[in-house]
Amino acid sequence: MLVPLSWLKDYVDIDIEPKELEKKLFSCGFEVEESWEVGKDISKVVVGQVESCEPIPDTHLHVCRVNAGSHGTFQVCCGADNVKAGGKYPLALNGATVIETAKDHVTVVGVATIKKGKLRGYDSEGMLCSGVELGVTEDMYEGAGYNGLLVFPDDTEVGADVKPILGLDDWIFDVSITANRPDCQSIFGLAREVAAVLEKPLKEPDLSFTEDDTVNEGFSVTVDAPDLCPRYIAHYVHDVKIGESPRWMKRRLALVGNNSISNMVDITNYVMREFGQPMHAFDGGFLEGNQIVVRRANDGEKIVTLDEKEFTLTNDNLVICDGVKPVALAGIMGGLNSEIRDTTTAVTFECAKFARDNIRKSSRALGQSSDSSAAFSKGVYEYTTVMAMKRALHLVEELGCGKISATHVDVNTGNSLEKREMKASISKVNGVLGITVPDEDIERILTNLNFEPVINGDEMTIKIPAYREDMEDYPDIAEELIRMYGYDHVHGTFLEGAAVTMGGRNSKQKAELRIKRALCAQGANECMHYSFFSPSDLDLLGYEADAKERELVKILNPINEDLSVMRTTLAAQMIHAISRNQKKGSLEGRLFEVGNRFFPKSLPLNDYPEEKVTLCIGIFGQDEDFYTLKGLCDNVADTLHISFKYEAADKPFLHPYRTARIICDGVEVGYLGQLTYEIQDSEDMRVPAYLAEIDLDALSKYYENVPAFTALSKFDKQKRDLALIMDKTTTCGEVEDAIYSSCKFVTDVKLFDVYEGLPIPPTKKSMAFTITFTPRDEELTDEIISGYVDKMLRKLQFTMGIELRS
Amino acid sequence: MLENAALTKKIEAIRAEIKEKIESLDSSKQVYETRKSFMDPKAGKINALMKEMKNVPKESKAEYGKAVNDLKAWALDCFDSIDKKMKEQEARLRYESEKIDVTMPAKIRKPGNLHPVTQMRETLIDIFAGMGFEIFEGSEVENDYYNFTALNTPADHPARDMQDTFYLSPEYLLRTQTSAGQIHVMENQKPPIKILSPGKVFRSDDDATHSPMFSQMEGLVVDKNINLCDLKGALDLFVQKIYGEGTKTRLRPSYFPFTEPSVEVDCSCFECGGKGCSLCKGTGWIEVLGGGVVNKKVLENCGIDSNEYSGFAFGIGIERITMLKYGINNIKLLFESDLEVLDQINHYE
Repeated sequence: MLVPLSWLKDYVDIDIEPKELEKKLFSCGFEVEESWEVGKDISKVVVGQVESCEPIPDTHLHVCRVNAGSHGTFQVCCGADNVKAGGKYPLALNGATVIETAKDHVTVVGVATIKKGKLRGYDSEGMLCSGVELGVTEDMYEGAGYNGLLVFPDDTEVGADVKPILGLDDWIFDVSITANRPDCQSIFGLAREVAAVLEKPLKEPDLSFTEDDTVNEGFSVTVDAPDLCPRYIAHYVHDVKIGESPRWMKRRLALVGNNSISNMVDITNYVMREFGQPMHAFDGGFLEGNQIVVRRANDGEKIVTLDEKEFTLTNDNLVICDGVKPVALAGIMGGLNSEIRDTTTAVTFECAKFARDNIRKSSRALGQSSDSSAAFSKGVYEYTTVMAMKRALHLVEELGCGKISATHVDVNTGNSLEKREMKASISKVNGVLGITVPDEDIERILTNLNFEPVINGDEMTIKIPAYREDMEDYPDIAEELIRMYGYDHVHGTFLEGAAVTMGGRNSKQKAELRIKRALCAQGANECMHYSFFSPSDLDLLGYEADAKERELVKILNPINEDLSVMRTTLAAQMIHAISRNQKKGSLEGRLFEVGNRFFPKSLPLNDYPEEKVTLCIGIFGQDEDFYTLKGLCDNVADTLHISFKYEAADKPFLHPYRTARIICDGVEVGYLGQLTYEIQDSEDMRVPAYLAEIDLDALSKYYENVPAFTALSKFDKQKRDLALIMDKTTTCGEVEDAIYSSCKFVTDVKLFDVYEGLPIPPTKKSMAFTITFTPRDEELTDEIISGYVDKMLRKLQFTMGIELRS
Repeated sequence: MLENAALTKKIEAIRAEIKEKIESLDSSKQVYETRKSFMDPKAGKINALMKEMKNVPKESKAEYGKAVNDLKAWALDCFDSIDKKMKEQEARLRYESEKIDVTMPAKIRKPGNLHPVTQMRETLIDIFAGMGFEIFEGSEVENDYYNFTALNTPADHPARDMQDTFYLSPEYLLRTQTSAGQIHVMENQKPPIKILSPGKVFRSDDDATHSPMFSQMEGLVVDKNINLCDLKGALDLFVQKIYGEGTKTRLRPSYFPFTEPSVEVDCSCFECGGKGCSLCKGTGWIEVLGGGVVNKKVLENCGIDSNEYSGFAFGIGIERITMLKYGINNIKLLFESDLEVLDQINHYE
């Protein structure tokens, strides 16, 4: 919200510097996001009187002697057509800063510093300035809009700084107002706070006016939707003379970003800025049936707003109608059909409170907004409707642009605008803060805030003004006190009243962190992707139409299609991440993510979906292969003191012969494999990538596993190497299983060589294993081991046709 | 002098032979072989001399024995000394031959890093776990009641608008704040409550400074006599642990529907120490989180007697403080999985 300091000063005697005021506002809850002096770009410009003015031959220039009082007298060359001897103009002295304009003298291009120089051989020691060059418009100072010199009145003091004269020493604060304080969404509202924090009296704006005897016969207001419009005040103004607003009003509106339109419209905008109360002015002559009806729109009803946009309405939208048709979109914008025109002679002012959520919803749904809808969306208190109407009528009178009739209609739901009483325990209020605010400070602060406190022992009674609808209970009083008393009185204590509690991570949180760290130790970097992804990601992965991954939780209002459904796999985003890295030239890397996959229990969603914590690993690079990824999966198993088994499997996005499902205790918990070459190519990857996805929730039952300790045998372990010939289709895992199951002393089976080719027959291969036998209670002698090996070989031969390689 | 001149001559001959042999040795292996040829207990030449003892007259035996032992001691010294010399020389040559360029690249598989947000999250958990906070992770999908209504965000509050919240159905949405976790905990647990609720949250914002998904960490304490000073005390400790010992906090008024009073918490700028710099935009303070005293209505919504218990709550944007700590200027960098980014940040112990 833009707040000019000069305007604030109408209501409070502010005798501190702007920056100091900014600090005071900040400390009591109103952050000034930005502040600037209106004439921040202007310096060293004074009032100069031209004593002599001679044309320079063959040019449009004049050479002038300019008296700048105590600053001296200077020779200045001037090209303006209105320079003349005796005139008083702004003189930029040597070293002054002014607004720089393009050749047209109108377009602003920046800020310039004035230096002594020569023009057509004549010394020029400064510059006489136009309004544009000082950043002053016609709305701010009479004559400032002229494309030539700005002319000061004859009685202006020569040599005086021009900034106070032109209002350039004014300050603008851009104040941010929190959502609980809609009463401060206006200059007068903020002035209340300024008065309280500076402990100065608040000067109320003049609300007086005189009604004449004129009556708008038969005029009526009907509110058919009091839930959406708890208060509607209308007042009829006649003998209206539409014209320009006075400069003081134009200037203020300009400073807060409003264009001046006409006196009647400007009055509504001015009151809106002053009190935060949106108002509307209807051309009284265009209200058919001489009545106003506030009702919900009929479905399909249409309105064209002031900006000539047409809207088709629904029953959710509130409209202001005359006897026949909608004339305004309530709280958002007036209709074109009842707009104030130059020819308007009668005006009906509207000052109403509309329900906050309704205006917000309509504004969003229709895509139409205004200062008014923004104010209603933030909340307008009923209190201001009465005040704002009075102020508008006062301004009509002050500006002399109309006469106040006796026709005043006030439709309300009986809400009181009087102060309401609240009692609170002082010790409870202090208890919220953890400090004791002295009674005299409580009294002082609450008095400044207009709460009229009465303290009786521990009990205080306050009277809450109607514009403070946010005050509900004693914690609100605590907040009012501390923001004025100062948050620096709050000193850190460390839970002095609290019980001791055990804190820390639970077993799930610990296990997930252990898994992450195990992967980091293997050189993998954790990454984090969005919980939503694109439906097209499932096409990339080639999932069938009936795949579980296609049962999607959809976002009703996604940012875009690419972020529109909750993910059912982490693989797609991992593929994109690998692709991005490869495109950047990182051709090797290990990544992993732990995140949720989302599966609806039913669609449409009427329960929480299942959120499955899932681990995804993605690795790429020339040194990576299926088995390095498998090693990472085994690391995860080791971390949880479990072991995984792997079986060849299919996945639509993985290599048909380099893919496995991961099994733990007979339950499938995930997969791993090499990304297909098709996806590798379509994603512009130069080196192969490998992906694994593991359902951590399925492993959570192992999170509290404790590693078992096996006592060391006092006898030495024995190792035997066996090279075995088998069918090419026989897998390593099958042989390992057979070896383990053939002898209870086998504690490790490690493949160390695979060979195919002569002299091995073409359908066969050789695999060589190191088998470790660990003795328990007695020594395993060579003879005993040989016996086990023979038994093992017989079993391998009998069950799998495996022979010892000779 | 030995009477048996022949024996004496033999001894001296061996002495001379040893001297000569030693002169010609050039490896420790040769030293070993040569030593063995003289000193071996069975086949060595010196031992052969000892075997001559039986031929020595009785009166000369002692003298002869001494002469052989002297020779043996002398030979031992000779061989030890040449062996030592050879081994030193060989070692030197070996070392010289194995000279390397120590500036050549290391052989290493660098450990990977936890995500910067995880690092910060776990750091925060460690800090607050030490203060007795348990960790509660809610779900990313929430229902309207827990995310808004129970948190005293009335139906017409602007924060509920479609603009900010991702809806999955009229009732279900992606949580916009980890504060939703407060309610689940308070419904199921009686005070004393100290929880920390980290997690992903979602808002329909997507530009240079906003990501539609980010992470928050909610803290909640409910017990007897909990007040604003306790909030400040806990946060003082937190900023000191994250940004260094001298860091201070400043509370200033703000508004959240679920706390009353509500505060924004700034910490003194850790870059300039509060003097004012580009990081803190000259103010000396950096906004780090929001918090306040738990709104009575929120306690009551959860069936907790607000006359007996009170609480404080705070919410930290984890990306924000991570970015501040490491000087990361674009939040999107945290979600792009760029190895050049992830490789750099390794702080969490």
